Amino acid sequence: MADSLLASQQYSGDPDAFVRVADLVKIFGDTVAVRSVNMSVRRNELFALLGSSGCGKSTLLRMLAGFEQATSGQILLDGEDITDVPPYRRPVNMMFQSYALFPHMTVEANVAFGLRQEGVPAAEIHDRVFEALDLVQMAGYSRRKPHQLSGGQQQRVALARSLVKRPKLLLLDEPMSALDKQIRQKTQIELVKILDQVGVTCIMVTHDQEEAMTMADRLAVMTEGQIVQCGTPQEVYAFPSSRFVAGFIGSTNLFTGTIVVDEPDHIAIESDELARPLYVSHGVSEPLGMEVHVSIRPERVVVSREQPAGESNWAHGMVSHMAWLGRYALYQIRLDSGKVIEASVPSMRLAQTDAPGIDDEIYVSWDSDSATVLAS
Amino acid sequence: MRLDWRDFRPSARALAIVPPFAWLVLFLLVPFLLVLKISFADLKFGVPPYTSLAEIGDEAVRFTLHVRGYVLLFTDSLYVETYLNSIKIAFVTTVYCALIGYPVAYYIARSAPPVRNLLLLGVILPFWTSLLLRVYAWVGILRNDGVLNNLLMWLGVIDSPLEIYRTDLAVYIGMVYAYLPFFILPLYANLVKMDTRLLEAAYDLGARPWQAFVRITLPLSRPGVIAGAMLVFIPSVGEYVIPEMLGGANTLMMGRVMWGEFFTNTDWPMAASITVVMVVLLLVPLALFQYSQVREMEQVREGVR
Repeated sequence: MADSLLASQQYSGDPDAFVRVADLVKIFGDTVAVRSVNMSVRRNELFALLGSSGCGKSTLLRMLAGFEQATSGQILLDGEDITDVPPYRRPVNMMFQSYALFPHMTVEANVAFGLRQEGVPAAEIHDRVFEALDLVQMAGYSRRKPHQLSGGQQQRVALARSLVKRPKLLLLDEPMSALDKQIRQKTQIELVKILDQVGVTCIMVTHDQEEAMTMADRLAVMTEGQIVQCGTPQEVYAFPSSRFVAGFIGSTNLFTGTIVVDEPDHIAIESDELARPLYVSHGVSEPLGMEVHVSIRPERVVVSREQPAGESNWAHGMVSHMAWLGRYALYQIRLDSGKVIEASVPSMRLAQTDAPGIDDEIYVSWDSDSATVLAS
Repeated sequence: MRLDWRDFRPSARALAIVPPFAWLVLFLLVPFLLVLKISFADLKFGVPPYTSLAEIGDEAVRFTLHVRGYVLLFTDSLYVETYLNSIKIAFVTTVYCALIGYPVAYYIARSAPPVRNLLLLGVILPFWTSLLLRVYAWVGILRNDGVLNNLLMWLGVIDSPLEIYRTDLAVYIGMVYAYLPFFILPLYANLVKMDTRLLEAAYDLGARPWQAFVRITLPLSRPGVIAGAMLVFIPSVGEYVIPEMLGGANTLMMGRVMWGEFFTNTDWPMAASITVVMVVLLLVPLALFQYSQVREMEQVREGVR
C-alpha cells in the first residue's frame, strides 16, 4: 500500500497529465490482477508498462482499451472519465500483440475498417487509409491479404490501422514479441520515429526491459499488480527504488550490510560478503545500524591485477567465469567471502591491459559514487 | 539414366492414398457404374429383372442403350415435379437448419469449455438412438391425437386438433430435427477456433457487437456454414424415411418415388434412371463445395509461403 500511496502523491498532481489512472483495481474471482494502480501519462508521451508475465500489465492495458471492466477506480482521458465507456466508443485504439488483422480483408480494408465504422465519406476514407499506409511504407501492399505479408509488414499494417482513426491514446501490447530478434531493435527505433511524427500519446506494455528503455520516454515497473517505480529509463536504471527494480532493470550486484557510519555527506556499510567496508559518497535517510542493500552495476566494477589503494570499496577474488560478448567481456568473480559478483569490462580496456583469465587472482573495486543504497 | 527397381516401389504418399481411394472405387464408383448400366437397360421378367446391354448373336455384338427411363423422367411431369419438390424441401430444410443451427453453434462455441462439452454431447446424443425410432416418436407427437395436440387442447390454445401429421409441415419438422446436428457440428468446429481477439480488434475500431458479428464473425464462418449446408442439403434431397413416415400421400420426394419404382413396380431401370439423375443433380452443389474448399486451402498454403 505504501508504494501506491507514494505513487498517487507523486503523480495525481501532475498538471500535464493527459491520461490519469486513479486507484484502479481489477479482481477476477479471487485473484487480484491489478491492485490500486495510480499513474499519469503526459500528452504525446511514450509510456511503457514493464513487468514479467502475470504482473497485471496486460490487464491494466485491457482496462484502458475497455475490454475489461475495472472493479473500482477511475480512468481519465483528456479530462474525460472513460472508466465505463465501451471499447467501441473510446477514442483509444490498440495494436494487438498478435496484430489481430482481419484475415478475410485486404490491407486496405483492414485499415479502412475503423473509418467505415465511423461513417466517414468514402473519398476521405481512401485518402486517410493511404496516408496511414504511406506513413508505415505499406501503400504498395494495399491489395494483399494479411497472410501474404511477413511479420514485420503485418505489424506495420496493424500500426496503420490503429493510427488511422487518430486516437487520443494509442495502446501497444507487446509490440515486438511476434518479430524475429534480429529486426526487433531496428523496428523499435522506426516505431518511435513514426509515433513522434504522428504525435500521439502512447502506452505500451512489454516484458522486455531493453525494449522499454529503447522506446519509452518514461516507464513504470510493475509487479504483483502494482507499480513499484515510475520514471525515465535513466532515473529508474540509476536510482532503482528497490532490490526488485534493480534486478529487473539491467543486472546488478547486490550486497546486504549494516550502516556503520552515517554522516550527511557520506556513509559506510559493513557487509559479511565484503572484507572491507563500502563507502558511499552521499547521505541516506536510513538510520545508523539499519540493515540495507547496496546495488553496484557490473559496468561500475573495475577489474585489476594490482591491489587498489585505500581502505574501502575493493575486494580480492578469483575469476570463475568469463564470457566475451564483443563490445565487452562479462566476468564472474568469486570473492574471498564466497560471494560471486559480475563485472563487465569494455573490450577497449581489455585490449590495453593484460586481460585476466579464468582462475586468475584479481582485485575488484568501484568508485564511492557507484553504489546505490536500497532499503527494501 | 539407369533404372533401379527402387524407382518402381510405391512411395509412402501412394501407400497413404491408395486405401481410401480403393474404398471409394469399390464401394462408390463400381456400384454407381452398375446403377448407370441398369438405367440403360429395359424391363424384363425374370432374374435379374432387366435386359443386358450387350447381346451376342448373328456373328455380331449388339449394344442396346434403352433410354425409356430418361425419356419418361423428362416427359412425365410427375417426375419433374418430384425433383423440384425434393430440392425445394431440401432447400427449405437447409435454410431452417441454418437459422436454428447458427445461434446454437455460436452459443456452444462461446461458452466455457466444461459447459461446451456438455452442450456438444446434447447435440450428439440423439444419434445414440436409431433415426427410425426418433422419427416414429415424432409421429406420436404430431398425430391428431398425439402429444402436441393433446397438450395444446388441454391448455385451451386450440379447440380442434391441428392437422400436422401427414403434411409437408410434418416433413419439415422431421427433416430439420434430424439434420440439425449435421449443420451445428461443422459450424461449431469453425466458430470455436476463431480468434476472439479479432472481435476485440473490431470493437476497438468502433464496431458495436452486432456490427462485429456481421463484418467479422459471419464472413469468417462461411466455410463452416457451407460445410453444414452441404451436409444437410445433399442427404435431404434423397431422404426416404422421413417423408414416408411423416409426409402425406402428395409429399413427393425422390426417395419415395425411387422406392416405389424399385419395390412396388419392380422397374429397376426406372429406379436406376431416377438415381442417376439425382446423383448428377447433387454433383453440382458438391462441386461448388469442393471448389470453395480447395480455394480456401490454397489461400492458406499461399500464407505459409
